[in-house]
Formats: sequence, C-alpha cells, structure tokens
Amino acid sequence: MMTKFLSRNRHAVQRLGFVAITLMAIVTVLPIVGTILFIIYKGGSAISWEFLSGFPHDGMRAGGIFPAIVGTLYLTLGTAVFSVPLGIAAAIYLAEYAKDNQWTRLIRLAIINLAGIPSVVYGLFGLGLFVLFLKFGTSILAASLTLSIMTLPVIISASEEALRTVPQAFRTVSISLGATRWQTIRKIILKEALPGILTGVILGLERAAGETAPILFTGAAFFLPRLPNSPFDATMALPYHLFVISTQVPEMPIQIQYGTALVLLAFVLTMNVIATVIRSRARARRQW
Amino acid sequence: MVDKILIENLSLQYSDGAESLRNVSMGIRENAVTVLFGPAGGGKSTLLRCLNRLNDLTDIKTSSGQILIDGENILDPKTDVIALRRKVGMVFARPVPLPMSIRENVVYGLELAGETRGSKLNEAVERSLKLAAIWDEVKDRLDEPAVALSGGQQQRVCLARVLALQPEIILLDEPTSGLDPISTGKVEDALLELKKEFTIILVPHSIQQAARTADYAAFFLTGELVEYGEGKSLFTIPKQKKTEDYIMGRFG
Repeated sequence: MMTKFLSRNRHAVQRLGFVAITLMAIVTVLPIVGTILFIIYKGGSAISWEFLSGFPHDGMRAGGIFPAIVGTLYLTLGTAVFSVPLGIAAAIYLAEYAKDNQWTRLIRLAIINLAGIPSVVYGLFGLGLFVLFLKFGTSILAASLTLSIMTLPVIISASEEALRTVPQAFRTVSISLGATRWQTIRKIILKEALPGILTGVILGLERAAGETAPILFTGAAFFLPRLPNSPFDATMALPYHLFVISTQVPEMPIQIQYGTALVLLAFVLTMNVIATVIRSRARARRQW
Repeated sequence: MVDKILIENLSLQYSDGAESLRNVSMGIRENAVTVLFGPAGGGKSTLLRCLNRLNDLTDIKTSSGQILIDGENILDPKTDVIALRRKVGMVFARPVPLPMSIRENVVYGLELAGETRGSKLNEAVERSLKLAAIWDEVKDRLDEPAVALSGGQQQRVCLARVLALQPEIILLDEPTSGLDPISTGKVEDALLELKKEFTIILVPHSIQQAARTADYAAFFLTGELVEYGEGKSLFTIPKQKKTEDYIMGRFG
C-alpha cells in the first residue's frame, strides 16, 4: 500500500523532501543571524566616536572602550608574530619534507590533540610557563605567546592542507628542471598555497582575538588608566572587558555591554569576511 | 656514432614492490631517437626516471648497476643532480604548465640556473619556442598564462621549457598520450628536427609511434630488456618471439 502510494506520488514526495531540507538549513542559520541582529539592536545605540575612542570612566559605567580595542589589536598582532611563522614552517615541514613514519604520526596526533584542549587549560599553562617560570609577568608578551600556542594547530592544519592541495606534478616538473626542493616550495608551492594559508591564519587569529580564558591569567587587566607602552605591560582586551562589565561591575548600563559585544563581533566578522574574499578571489585566479 | 649513455646491469625495485628493472644493459646513441616500448609496467618510465635521477623522489628498495653519461656514473651519490637534470631534460605524459605565463614557464629553469640578463632570457624564449615548433602560435601572447593554451600547445611549451636549458639529452615519457593526431604529428616532427642536436629517448604511446620515430628501439617486458636494435629491422623482422607477438598485437 505504502510503496504504491510513494511510487505514484514521487514528485510530491520529492517536493516534501526539499521543503524539509530547506527548513533545516534555515533553522541552522537562524541562531547566528538572530544573535547578530539582537546584538546590533541592543548595542547599536552605544556606538559613537566617544565610545570607540574614549577611556572608560565612572567605574567603567560610562565612557568608551578604546584601551580594550587597542589591547585586542596588540594581542592579535602579538599572536600573529609568533604563531604565523612557526605555524607555516611546521606545515611546510609536514607537507613537503617529513616522511610518513611513527615520528610524524606522533606530531600529527599532538597537533590534533592540541586543537581539542579547553582554552582555560592554555591559560593555566601560559601562567605557569610564561608568566611565572620565564618571568614575563602578566603581560602582552605572555598573553600573546599563550594565544599563539592555542592558535598553532589551526594554522598548521590549514596550511598543511593548502600545501597538499597544490598538484604533485608541479613539484616533479620543477625538480626535473633543476630546482631544489626549497626553490620549488618558494617559487611555486607557497605562492599557490598562499590563499589557503592566509585563510587558516586569519581564522586562527580570529579565534585568538575572541578568547578570554587564555589571557585571563596571562595578560588581561581589569582596568588601566593608560595604554600599554611595552610588550611587558598588561593590557585591557575586548573579550575580557566584556566579561568584566557583564559580571563584575554592579549597575552596569546594558547598552555598554552590548556595544562592547558588537565591537568584538564586528572585529571578528571583519576578519572572517577578509578570509572569504581572499579565498574566492584566489579561486577565480587559480591556474590549475 | 658513439654511445652517449651506457647502462650497465641496472636493477631496481620500488619499496611498494611495483615496476622494476632487472639487469638491464644497453648503450644509447648520440643524435638519434631511441624508443623504449612494451606493455605497461615493463620498466620504461622507471628507466627514464633513472637517467635524470628523478627516482630520488620515490621510495626505492634496492638498486644496483650503473649508468654512464659521457663516461661518468650518474648513480654515484656524489653526482651533482641539479647539473644532471639541466643536462638531461624531461617531458612528461600529461602537459604540466607551471602556474605562470608562457614566457615564465620557458625561462623557469634558466632563472634557477642563475641567468638574470633579460636579453639572454628573451633569446632563449624565442630560440626554444622555435625549436619546439610553437613560436608562431604563441609569439604574440607570451605573457598569458600557459594553462590557457590547448593541450598540444601546452606540451610543446613544456618541450620548449626543457630546450631552454640547452640540455644534451631529452627524455620523453609518452609525450603525446593526451593529444589529438594533428598535435601528435607536430610533436613528432619537432623530434625529428631535434635529433640533429640532441640525444632523444622516447617512450611512445603506441607501437605505430614507435615504428614511425625510432632510429633504435628497445622492447621491455616485466623489467627486462628483451630485444634492442635498429628501429627499421626490429619492427620488420624482430629476432625474439615475444617481440614479434607484441608488435603483431598478440598481447598487450
């Protein structure tokens, strides 16, 4: 009976299926769009020149978030300085030089596991190693290094993947024309893999920019009356500032909280958009 | 005529147990087309890749014997493989234009060799593209991506890229396997011109091509050199039963 019904109404069944799938797609997108719209709605009114360029005052219940914005920029740049060269170098080693053996399998396993560690654990590790043992103190340096370790697996995996996507034939041909391995990597492979690598780098840094736990013990300050002026200073940062004003300060005006969230979100989404643009442009230009 | 290359008791086995060579010995003449033919897996490509040490990139279980080019054993670990690969150029089965312009493709090897003078590079571009019989088709679009060309044109640019290094020996591994008959004809015509200056070793993509182009022909079967001689006589009156069976199409 049922099969007879289904076979006679194949088109209806197909349409029903499409509707169900479309609905599910909408359901997955809704929370994201909803969150963004909600934060814009609640925090949009707080955004002003004074908010973006001023220091907080009145126990942070008024004024701006300028030092937190600058701090997040410093931390993101600091993270990039350490994690980008190291991450790309590691990816080149894994994709281009390393043989498939126990040793490299161990490295890969370590990278995968590194990506799964909760961010607060990185924070504690950074406190132990950089702040206390290496005596960097709670500082931009210690926080950047901690964020770098957290970001490395993302950058390594994405870069290795990007390098592996470059056709093997380019390597063979280049070597057959008298190139060394390193010349081949420098002149062809890196150039072709660069968009993929950049995407990975930006996604990794974007995660670093939005994290609170790793900087909590290593470099974030509750409040600073001035901007940091050396890597050994602590700094305010957007995610930690958001945590502070949402939980630690009584009678906090709600639009400042949402305004801060909006700025952080805009920061991260902008990086995301840049990554997407790089990727789609490169895909259009690709010659293979 | 002298032997440019002398292969002595060459044996090789890959780590994955694939295609190998068994005690191959042969001399290869200068300024002639030597064709290596036979069914797939016979060791032809392996032999080609030994001649420019491209096999260094592959996992090899065991290898023995020697290859003398101009009297020097190139399998010696002390060989300068970069210099060797500039002297022994290779064209692959599928055209692989590097992701850059036609001009950049042609000068790629030269620039790596340290040539920076623009006049020299331009000269090399024109000379090698002419030798590869593609100059007239691309001279007005040298700065366009090489990948925009047709397959046959790409393959001749790849040939020009090898010629730009002024090699002495050119290895071609089924260079026309992906090409239409007209493009194939052009590549074969270019080879006939080139053998006046170079030593050419060709793995053909068909027996017909082997018969058309071979000054000398070597028949390989499961890693062994079965028969080797002048092309004319080998394709008309083969001495070995196996060679005859293969040429007559009794197995493949």
